[in-house]
Amino acid sequence: MAKIDIEAPGTSQLFIGNEAIARGALEAGIGFAAAYPGTPSSEILGSLASVAKESNIYVEWSVNEKVAVEAAAGASFAGIRAIAAMKQNGINVASDFLANLVMSGIGKGGLVVVSCDDPAAISSTNEQDTRPIAKWLDVPLVEPGDFQEAKDMIRWLFELSEEIGTVCMLRSVTRIAHARGNVKLGELPKKAKKAHFDQVHDLRNVMPTTFMPIPSPLRHFFQHIKIDKVRDKFELSPFNSYTGPDKPELLIVTCGSCWLYSQDAVKTLGVEDKVGILKLGTLWPLPEKFVEKHLDRSQKILFVEEIDPFLEQSIMELVANLKPAAPFPMFYGKRSGHINAYGELNPDMVIKAISTILGLTYQPRDTDYDSKASTLAKNYVPERSITFCAGCPHRATFWAIKNALKLDGRDGLVTGDIGCYSMALGPAGFFQVRTLHCMGAGTGVASGLGKLGQFGFNQPVLAVVGDSTFYHAAIPALINGIYNKSDFVLVILDNGATAMTGFQPHPGTGVTAIGEPAKVVSMEDLCRSLGARVEVCDPFDLKNTTATLLDMMNQSDGARVVIMRRPCELVRSKREKALYRVYINAEKCIGDACGCDRLCTRVFLCPGLTWDNETKKSKIDEVICTGCGVCADICPQEAIIKEEATA
Amino acid sequence: MTARQLAKDPFNLIITGVGGQGNVTISLIIGNALVRDGYLVTIGETYGASQRGGAVMSHMRISKVAQYSPFIPDGCADVILGMEPAETLRMLGRYGNPNVLTIVNPRPIYSIDVTGGQAQYPDLNTLIDSVKKLSAKTWIINATEEAKKMGDPVFANAILIGAVIGSNVLPLNKKLTESILREILPREIKPNLRAFNTGIKLAQQ
Repeated sequence: MAKIDIEAPGTSQLFIGNEAIARGALEAGIGFAAAYPGTPSSEILGSLASVAKESNIYVEWSVNEKVAVEAAAGASFAGIRAIAAMKQNGINVASDFLANLVMSGIGKGGLVVVSCDDPAAISSTNEQDTRPIAKWLDVPLVEPGDFQEAKDMIRWLFELSEEIGTVCMLRSVTRIAHARGNVKLGELPKKAKKAHFDQVHDLRNVMPTTFMPIPSPLRHFFQHIKIDKVRDKFELSPFNSYTGPDKPELLIVTCGSCWLYSQDAVKTLGVEDKVGILKLGTLWPLPEKFVEKHLDRSQKILFVEEIDPFLEQSIMELVANLKPAAPFPMFYGKRSGHINAYGELNPDMVIKAISTILGLTYQPRDTDYDSKASTLAKNYVPERSITFCAGCPHRATFWAIKNALKLDGRDGLVTGDIGCYSMALGPAGFFQVRTLHCMGAGTGVASGLGKLGQFGFNQPVLAVVGDSTFYHAAIPALINGIYNKSDFVLVILDNGATAMTGFQPHPGTGVTAIGEPAKVVSMEDLCRSLGARVEVCDPFDLKNTTATLLDMMNQSDGARVVIMRRPCELVRSKREKALYRVYINAEKCIGDACGCDRLCTRVFLCPGLTWDNETKKSKIDEVICTGCGVCADICPQEAIIKEEATA
Repeated sequence: MTARQLAKDPFNLIITGVGGQGNVTISLIIGNALVRDGYLVTIGETYGASQRGGAVMSHMRISKVAQYSPFIPDGCADVILGMEPAETLRMLGRYGNPNVLTIVNPRPIYSIDVTGGQAQYPDLNTLIDSVKKLSAKTWIINATEEAKKMGDPVFANAILIGAVIGSNVLPLNKKLTESILREILPREIKPNLRAFNTGIKLAQQ
C-alpha cells in the first residue's frame, strides 16, 4: 500500500484510485473516517488507517455500512469533516439512514459518502449502479474520470457539502478504485480540529441544531432548493469538459473510467477529427446548461457509461424538455444496443460502437496471426477456476459438511453468504451451498426454511456465515431464529479476519482499524447469551467436526451454532512457519488401482495436490503446499504423509 | 544497456500469472520505478476473487503524454511478462501481435480444472513452442527454479523484474528499480536484490 500522507506537494505518485480518494480526504482536512470493507472500496479506509495517528484523524472499521454513515454523520453534527466508504451493496445497507439524513441536513462538518461500484461484479454478487440511487435519495453525485480527479474531487466535494449543507456522494468503479495511475499531490492542512455539538437555539442561525427529517414535505422542498444550488455549482465545475472538433460527426457523452476507454478508442481508430468527447464529472443533478451547449455540436450522440443508462436517460429527458418542436438527434447507447447495459466496458467495446456508427472497419492484428494465436490459445490453455487457497480452513469445513450431510442422509442443505466461502457454490466447496444473496441472507433464509416443518419439510438446514459477516448482518437473523424456534444450525466460519477484502479486523479480533487493542466481542458468548447451544470446532480435525455437525443436525431446540475456528492461511503464514511437511509415500499411493478415483486431486481439489503423469501417482507441489496436513486424513491408503515441521 | 526511451507511446506491458504468485507486487515495483522516472503510468489489475488460484493479469500503459485507460485493447500488447507458461499463451491469444516481445517463466502451475480431470495441461514443450511462434522474440527465464536454489520460490518475482531490465524491452531504470525494491520489500531486500541481479544476467545470456 502506498504511503498517502507524504509531504511532497507537486510530486507525482502512483496511487490506486482508492488511495487517491484517501489522499483527497487528508488534503480536505477530514477528522473522521468510517467504513465496512468491501471490494473494490476497502483500501480507502485501509490507507487512511495506516496514517491515522500521524495525521490526527479518527479511523474505524464499522460493524456495517449503515453504522459507518451514522457514525460519520455524528462527526459532521459536531463540526468535523467526515467520510464514509463502501462498495455498491453497502449503499443499500446505509440507504435507510441516508434517505433520512438527506432531509435532516448535515452539521457544520462536511460529509461525503463514497460508493465503489463493481461493473461485471468481479468481486460482488451483483453489479448495481449507485447513480440512480443518488438520484432517488436527492444526494449530489460526482464520478472521477481518472486518478487525479479521484483525489481532487473529494476535496472539492467537502467544500460543496459544507456550503450547501448536504451529504454528497462520489461514485467510483473498479477500474478507477483498483487501477493505478499518476496523482499529483497537494498540500496537507495543518488546522486543528475542534468538535462540539452545538445545542444553542438561535433563530438567526440557518444551521439547525436539531437534526431530523420532519416536517417531511417541507424538508423535501428545502432539499430540492439545495439541489438547484448544487446544479448551479455543477454548471461551472472543472470536472466537466469537452475535447474534439467544433462540429464532430459523432459526439460521445461519457463519465468515469468510460472516459478513458472513449479516449483510447478514438485514438486507436485515429478519428480525433470526427469524434468529440463530452466528459461529465458532476452527474446528478445534471448541469443542464453545460450539457445543452455541447449537445448542439452533433446530430449523432453516443452514450458510453457503466452500468445503467443513467446519462442516456437524463439527457434524453433534458432534450425532450428543451426542444419539443426541434428534430431530435440520433441517440446511440444502451437503448439502441450499441453499448451493453450489463457487465463492464473496455476500449474494444467502444471501438466497436464507434466503428458501427461511423461505418469503419477496424482490425488490430493481421488475419494470419489472429487465427494462429486464437487456435494455439484455444488448444493449449487450460481453464483456471478460482478456488480456496492451499491450506484454507474453508476447504476442510466444507469437506466435513459434505460428509456430515451424507451420513445424516436426510437430504440436508446449506444456505450461503458473502465471503471467500461463497466459492462453496462451486467445486472449491464441493457444490455444497444452495443459496447466495447479500450479507447475512443465508441465516435469514435458513430461519425461514427452519419453520416449514408443518408442511412436511424435514431436511436439515445449515447456514454458513463468515465471522465478519456474522457481526455485520447475521445477528438479527439468528435472534429471529431463536425467538421463533426455527430449526437450523448456524455454522460460523471464524478465520479471524475479513479475509476476502484484505484481512481487515472486526469486532471479534481484538484489534482496531489502526492496530490498537480492542475489546473482543466474543461470538460464542454472544450466541450463548441469546440462548443458543454453541459448539466450537477446529475444521482441520475432520473427524470431530463431522461428528459435531451430525450431532447438531439431530437437535431440534431452535437455532443452534457451530463455530469453525482456524485462522485464514494467508494471515497465519505471514506470522508462523508451516505446521507440517507433507509428502506422498510413493509405495503406498497405488494410483488409479486404488479405486478412490483420485480423491485427493479430483475431489478434494487443493491446488497443492497434483497428479504426476509419469509415475501415475499423486504428487505434492511444494511451491503451493502450505503444510496444513488435512489431505493426509482423507487418503484411504494413508499414502499422504504429514510430518511435524522442524523449524 | 537499458533502453533510453519508449519504442512507442503508449507502450503496453502485460504481466500475467496465477493468483498468489505476486503479479500485483511486480506491477507495483515496475510502475513506481517508471513514475519516478517521469512517465505517466496506468495499471489495471484483475484481483479480488481471482486472488484464489485464478488467472491474473496486470495491464500497464506507459506514456510520456497521456494517462491511458487500464485496459490494453485486444492485439495491442508490446511486451508480455509471464510468470506461468499457460497464462502467457492465454495473453498472447488475445493481446499478442507479430511484434510482441515475451519473457516467460516456464514453471507450470496446475489449475484445479487440470488436477480435477476436467481440463488438460499441455505438454510443456508444445506450450513453449506456441509462445515462441506467437512472439517476435522470447526470453525463457527459469525464475522459479533459480529462486528455489536461493531458498524460496517467491524470489522468482525479483528475478523476472531483473529480466525486464536485462532483456532491454523497455526503459526501466536499474537504479530506480533497485530503490523501489528497497522501499517495497525492505525485510527481504538482500536476497531480492541478488535475485534481481540474477534476472538481469539470465536475460542477457
